[in-house]
Parts: sequence; C-alpha cells; structure tokens
Amino acid sequence: MIPRNFIYFSPSSEKEALELLNEYKSDARILAGGMSLIPLMKMRLVSPSYLIDINKVESLSYIKEEKNRLRIGALTRYYEIEKSSTLKKLLPIMNEAATWVGDPQVRNMGTIGGSLSHADPSGDFGSVILALNGQIITSSLNGQRTIKADDFFVDSFTTALNANEMLKEIVIDLPEGMNGGAYVKLERKAGDFAIVAVAAQLSIDSKGNCNYAGIGLTSVGPTNLKAKKAESFLLGKQLNERTIDETAEIAASEARPIDDPLRGSAEYKRAMVKVLTKRALNLALKRARGV
Amino acid sequence: MSKKQIKLIVNGKEEIIEVNPYESLLKVLREYLGLTGAKRGCDYGGCGVCTVVVNGKAVYSCMYPAIKAEGKEITTVEGLYKNGKLHPVQKAFIDANTVQCGYSIPGAIMSAYALLLNNPNPSDEDIKEAFSGNLCRCSAGYYWPEAIKLAIKYMKQRES
Repeated sequence: MIPRNFIYFSPSSEKEALELLNEYKSDARILAGGMSLIPLMKMRLVSPSYLIDINKVESLSYIKEEKNRLRIGALTRYYEIEKSSTLKKLLPIMNEAATWVGDPQVRNMGTIGGSLSHADPSGDFGSVILALNGQIITSSLNGQRTIKADDFFVDSFTTALNANEMLKEIVIDLPEGMNGGAYVKLERKAGDFAIVAVAAQLSIDSKGNCNYAGIGLTSVGPTNLKAKKAESFLLGKQLNERTIDETAEIAASEARPIDDPLRGSAEYKRAMVKVLTKRALNLALKRARGV
Repeated sequence: MSKKQIKLIVNGKEEIIEVNPYESLLKVLREYLGLTGAKRGCDYGGCGVCTVVVNGKAVYSCMYPAIKAEGKEITTVEGLYKNGKLHPVQKAFIDANTVQCGYSIPGAIMSAYALLLNNPNPSDEDIKEAFSGNLCRCSAGYYWPEAIKLAIKYMKQRES
C-alpha cells in the first residue's frame, strides 16, 4: 500500500505552516503524528497534493499550567500526556485516557491535536475533552478562534476547522475543590478502537452534592458525544447508587450507536454505555473523595 | 518526480539517500539500505513487525515517511549486534525460547529494547503493555515477557 505522491513541506515555524496552509487550503493536509493520516493516505481514502509536516514546530508541543487553566499544545504526543506529572496532579483523567490509546508505537508518535482534528468518533480524547468542557484554539493567518469542544466535532471525521486553519492548542479550565475523573474503555483486544468508552469528570462539594459533571461517550455516535442530559440531571444532586444509576440510564438513551459486524450490535453498545458510565462515575467519585 | 536527498543515521552510520515523499522508512531500510530485519506485515501499524527505534522511541517504520526521519537516529535489530556480540535483549530472546517462526521477532526485540532504554526496571504491567503493539501468531510470543526479565539480568551481569 503506497500513498499517491505529494509535495512535502517541513516548515520550522507555525507562521510558515499557516502560510502554506493558506496557500493550498483543502489540497493540503497537516501531518502531525501521522497515526491516522498515513493509513488513510495508504488506503488512498485521502490523497492530499501537499503535506505540511509540523513536527519541526516544537513550539506547538507543551503542557502548561496557567492560573486556573491548563494549556496543551496540538503537537503534544500521547506518551508525553501519559507520563506528564503536571497532568497527574491536575487532571489525571488525561494520563489514564492516554494509556488506552493504541499501543506504545502509536503513543510515541500520535498527538492530541492530530487526533482531535481527525475527529474519529472512536477517538479516545474527543470524549475526554468533551467531559472536561475543553476549548479548542485554532490558528490561521486571519488570527485565532476559540471553539467549544462541543461545537468542534461537527460530524464523523469533520470538524469546525476551516481549510486554512489548524488546531493550535486545547484549553481546559481546571476543576476546583474535590474532583476526580475516569476513562473506562471496553475493547476487543489491546490497542483496538473502543467498542464503547466513557469519560467522566466530577466535582463534589462538602455535602457530597455534585457541582460539576462531565460525561463523554466514545464510539456510539457520528462523533464523540457529550451526554448533556445526563450531566445536567446529576448537577446539584447527591451522588449515590440511585442517582448514578439514573445518570447512566440517561447517558445510554443519549447514545446513538449503530450495528457493526466487528464490535457488536447497537443494542449491545447502548447497554454497555450504561455499564461503563456507571463504572466511570463510581471511579470518578471514589477519586474525588480521595479514597 | 520529486525525489529529495536526506541524511539518516542508521545504526550509528550516516546514510545519504534519495527518497520520494511517499516512501516509508521501512521501504528505505529494507530496499535501499538492505536492512531486512524490520519486516513488512500489515503495513498499517497494526502488527508491529516493522518496529524500529527512532531517537530512542519504538515506532512503526511502515507508518513513518522516510523523509520525516531526516537527521534522526534510527536503530534496527541489525544495530544491536556489536563487535561480534549479541545484545543482552537478543540473547535473552533466544534463551527464553521466544522464537518459533521468527517473523515477529525483530519487531518484538526492538519493542523490548525501547522499553528497557526508557524504563530499566519495568513492572509486569509495563512489560505486557510494551508488547501490546506486537503480534505473534505462534505460541512463542507467550515467552516475550520472560525474555525481558532475562535481559535485565544479563544487562546487570554485564555491568558488574
């Protein structure tokens, strides 16, 4: 399997990359880790005339704590997220989710920005960013835009990015007070795409009431889904077996799975959304309580 | 066509070659440089037989455009054998009876080598995870984790 030929650029600055993207627009693709784009090019599902390799733009790779926010550069690789002590301290759901991505070879190359731009509904990090209410910062020669994660995923493999724009960074407001998160994934074999996976992030007040609930669903819709009804149901409520069970039930009703011969029927996947949402919420709650 | 000249450092040796942008590092290693240790399997980053180490990290060479490896240090299984001696990881793979058909072994050895390069004292879980990108269709892959433990022992012996 050999990709169609293309012209290769390897800019050393973000500006240079954006100039190329502005010139070639949808005839060009940005190459980050290549763990999704290269197979697509080999299968000739995507055949860009120009490839803009941003791997030399090191200024796009960082994990920074800034006031009450966390900023992650688009070129940050999964192994860096997996090992990051900043994330372990502030948002350990990110470390946990990274361990579920592919295998070491994939995590050594694959980037968070590449994965989000690819917008595969089976991608793990879309759900995590949705659960954390993250924001996507894009850049182009016209300047930057801030897009809520929920507005970023438009359809399968389709984002709100314009043809002359690239994903620059992900910004997340850091959770306050007692908080915890979990990413749980059901897969056929190590490193596979999820049958179903669920990201959950919770904050609780001193009385044990929920004051933040974020739930993201993987592989059960045209995009990663934010289970908004389930989130707002839980908000302000005591977290106990009954409320968690009801939240999981609502999340399952929000899922839009389809039958697939490899990873199971829609009915099975919907049932698994309930099971995994319960598991993720229970784990997140345990971690929020610090037990 | 748009061939470009690139410089690679392969197993410590500088190589200057001309490549097309669409050619993978795997192709360059096997067909231009004659290093046939890394194998071609699925060609989509699913089987791990093409695994090599680039700047200290295990990668799928089939998914790595060679042009992107410009200036990088690449280690293949051939590079582990030095001064007529097998690398401890290679010796351990032999001694732990990990080889049946052998097709997956160069990739598995490079995953093992990369693991120990980055994490000299891996847990059982780390070891299992390190091989999660390498398939073995024979039964001998079962012994890879044992080979890692043996390799650690050989490396300690070599140091003392």
